[in-house]
Amino acid sequence: MTDYETHRYDVIVIGAGGAGLRAAVEAKSRGLSTAIVCKSLLGKAHTVMAEGGVAAAMGNVYSEDSWQVHFRDTMRGGKYLNHWRMAQLHAQEAPDRVHELEAWGALFDRTPDGRINQRDFGGHRYARLAHVGDRTGLELIRTLQQKAVSMGIDVFMECKILRLLHDASGAVAGAVGYWRPTGEVVVFEANAVVLATGSIGRSYLYTSNSWESTGDGHAMAIWAGADVIEMECVQFHPTGMVWPLSVRGLLVTEGVRGDGGALKNNDGHRFMFDYIPEMFRAETAETEEEADAWYEDHAHHRRTPDLLPRDEVARAINSEVKAGRGSPHGGVYLDIASRRSPEYIRRRLPSMYHQFLELAGVDITVEPMEVGPTCHYMMGGVRVDPETQAATVPGLFAAGEVAGGMHGANRLGGNSLSDLLVFGRRAGLGASDFAEASDRSPTADAAQVDAVVAGALAPFGRDGGESPYAVHEELQRTMQSLVGIIRTGAELSEALEKLGELRDRASNVSVGGGRAYNPGWNLATDLPSLLTVSTAVTQGALARRESRGAHTRDDFPSADPDLGKVNFVQRQTDRRGFDAPIHIGPEPLPEMPPELRELLEEGH
Amino acid sequence: MTEGIADPGPASEAEAEEEPTVTLRVWRGDTAGGDLVDYTLPANEGEVVLDVVHRIQATLAPDLACRWNCKAGKCGSCSSEINGKPGLMCMTRVDELPEGPITVAPMRTFPILRDLVTDVSFNYEVAKRVPAFAPAPAGPEGYRMQQVDVERGQEFRKCIECFLCQDVCHVIRDHEDNKEHYAGPRFFIRLAELEMHPLDTNDRRELVRQRMGIGLCNITKCCTEVCPEHIKITDNAIIPLKERVVDSSYDPVAWLGRKILRRHKRSAEEAAAAAPH
Repeated sequence: MTDYETHRYDVIVIGAGGAGLRAAVEAKSRGLSTAIVCKSLLGKAHTVMAEGGVAAAMGNVYSEDSWQVHFRDTMRGGKYLNHWRMAQLHAQEAPDRVHELEAWGALFDRTPDGRINQRDFGGHRYARLAHVGDRTGLELIRTLQQKAVSMGIDVFMECKILRLLHDASGAVAGAVGYWRPTGEVVVFEANAVVLATGSIGRSYLYTSNSWESTGDGHAMAIWAGADVIEMECVQFHPTGMVWPLSVRGLLVTEGVRGDGGALKNNDGHRFMFDYIPEMFRAETAETEEEADAWYEDHAHHRRTPDLLPRDEVARAINSEVKAGRGSPHGGVYLDIASRRSPEYIRRRLPSMYHQFLELAGVDITVEPMEVGPTCHYMMGGVRVDPETQAATVPGLFAAGEVAGGMHGANRLGGNSLSDLLVFGRRAGLGASDFAEASDRSPTADAAQVDAVVAGALAPFGRDGGESPYAVHEELQRTMQSLVGIIRTGAELSEALEKLGELRDRASNVSVGGGRAYNPGWNLATDLPSLLTVSTAVTQGALARRESRGAHTRDDFPSADPDLGKVNFVQRQTDRRGFDAPIHIGPEPLPEMPPELRELLEEGH
Repeated sequence: MTEGIADPGPASEAEAEEEPTVTLRVWRGDTAGGDLVDYTLPANEGEVVLDVVHRIQATLAPDLACRWNCKAGKCGSCSSEINGKPGLMCMTRVDELPEGPITVAPMRTFPILRDLVTDVSFNYEVAKRVPAFAPAPAGPEGYRMQQVDVERGQEFRKCIECFLCQDVCHVIRDHEDNKEHYAGPRFFIRLAELEMHPLDTNDRRELVRQRMGIGLCNITKCCTEVCPEHIKITDNAIIPLKERVVDSSYDPVAWLGRKILRRHKRSAEEAAAAAPH
């Protein structure tokens, strides 16, 4: 029998990035008792890393912009695998969410007439990203953090959630975890649980994600019996730094290309002109002259291919490197130094300039950067109802990166911060409605808690087992080399086999030391989530025998119209956890109403 | 104590010399006390101190406690004292430090939890006492602000809450009892940001003077020196705040002006009452 403290709330939110904070603000403003539980300190979540901006069709720079165009851009970017209703709600509600942030204290950059300024970004027809220099994510998280604190929302910091708890009916009724500073067990009883746990990036060796992105929410949803969709759709940011080491994995914002930076191979050739897909040919510049003129005048010139959607850019870089035209450390060059004045670069990209100079001794006003594809964002996730963000298991909600459907097969830059705000709020509303309507009084089942805690503590009791770091590194190498940006059926099958072995090895790791702030043990408790999400990504990638968006199969290089009409849905029916199978199968996408379908075909 | 590469012995000494190494002298311990422990590893080109800490965790000391998140100088989690100087481990390049062992210790101003991790809850408690932003209602076209007017606040909003300025501030570093009535540089820039916000309606000057203790700061600029975001904390936030507070308290002309014009900004008491704690 485990000793533990228990807290009871109407709504608990797991994760304190943009989506979690926005969800908690909404639930609290409805008058419900609300708590946020997060693995790190408040204000440190991965949202702080977002640079470019929040996509919202406010029309402050181009009055022609509208939610319809934003909707169309999002669906096209997602290769029509998106849930149409999520893409619609997102495009319609994003402007209100941005204005609301301003009323809560955010200080966005301004247009000359004093409105919120908006910048160009890949895949967006008009300049649409509200921004604060290149630190928009920090502004968003700090604004929401200060709002949450001013509302008196309870925050449980440095608390790792291990598993969701369920009641007799199978509905989610809380969660169990431990305090990282002490290792002591803590139980939350709640009528509604919102997952806002972010990404899965730590499954990969080269990633922009922090240690927190271990797919806890994705995995806990699967273990609770909820559906997840599109797990094969993992976005690799085309321009992560590959050299020097101290900045490897750091992303170079698309804003560098939006502000004039060009991709070049080792011959100095701007190779993106060689990779313009048919779908984007009509609106993309064919010559360097036209592309350069576009920066000055969007109305009379077509945009530069350097700003094609991320998957196109990532694939082009991959092809150049494989053809032997890459940089010395396996990337390509991103050059803004020879194209813009040092003053311009320092003013437009201040934190980027500062970061590279200080960390790596690279002066981006003088020399080009060495960049290449880096695991960046998870499109796939918990299958949710677009209006309420409810998962397929009662009492469970999900928002932000842990939720699936919004971005389809590929996310446009800028659409993640708007996603957090729009669906964070909707998850808060959905969870509040559910909690208010519920007449149950959830009580943690001690047997469930005991089983989870016994599993988490087991590595202390084993002697001579492997180090969790070794298993983690092997997992990352496996995913990077076999389930990376370009995939084949044979390699994916090999990966599934290796993941099976790794599950056995993860069940036999040993850790030393005590429970208080012990990173080795903490990593051991992250391994089950990492293995579950890695398995789901690999299974999805094997099932989707086509190339679409961020998912590229070398053995099926084109898109298959039939597979464009289905989601691959994965679920575990028996709540057995990370060492049990996950079932997968195709299910039809929801039917789009004709008036929205027309928007996709119009030449907006 | 020394852990890591074993003594190579005479036969392999020549080889060992060719292989450059890096030694981190890390404070290990908890509330009961602790000591510096040496860890020696092969040196890698282009590493920051946090890279080496991660390699120590993966190979020599899996339970070495250390906070980090972004490894990019944007989240402010990996604050520590490197060779005695407060800094971010992810922003300190090994090749820029003097040769010899690199000492890595936890921030001294905050209570130890374990190894390099300290209890920074003091800062989160102060944050609760800052009255929320309170804008006037927006007009029909939303808020309008000029870039030049938002830039002053934007400088302060670059803050990544690494709390290095709090760590180095001797008002609390050397005088634990001051923590009760002194907010520290991080919160002076927060208050300055709100004071300078074009839309805010609260008047926080009395609050800054009475409850946040700005008078205790004697502008030694240590905070500005350690700020990884290069925010001019003293010049652009603390000194202007001190001037505003002094003007409102002691300037007879301003006092008379207030009496006559009956400014409609909210007082410190009202602003404090608006805060949740």
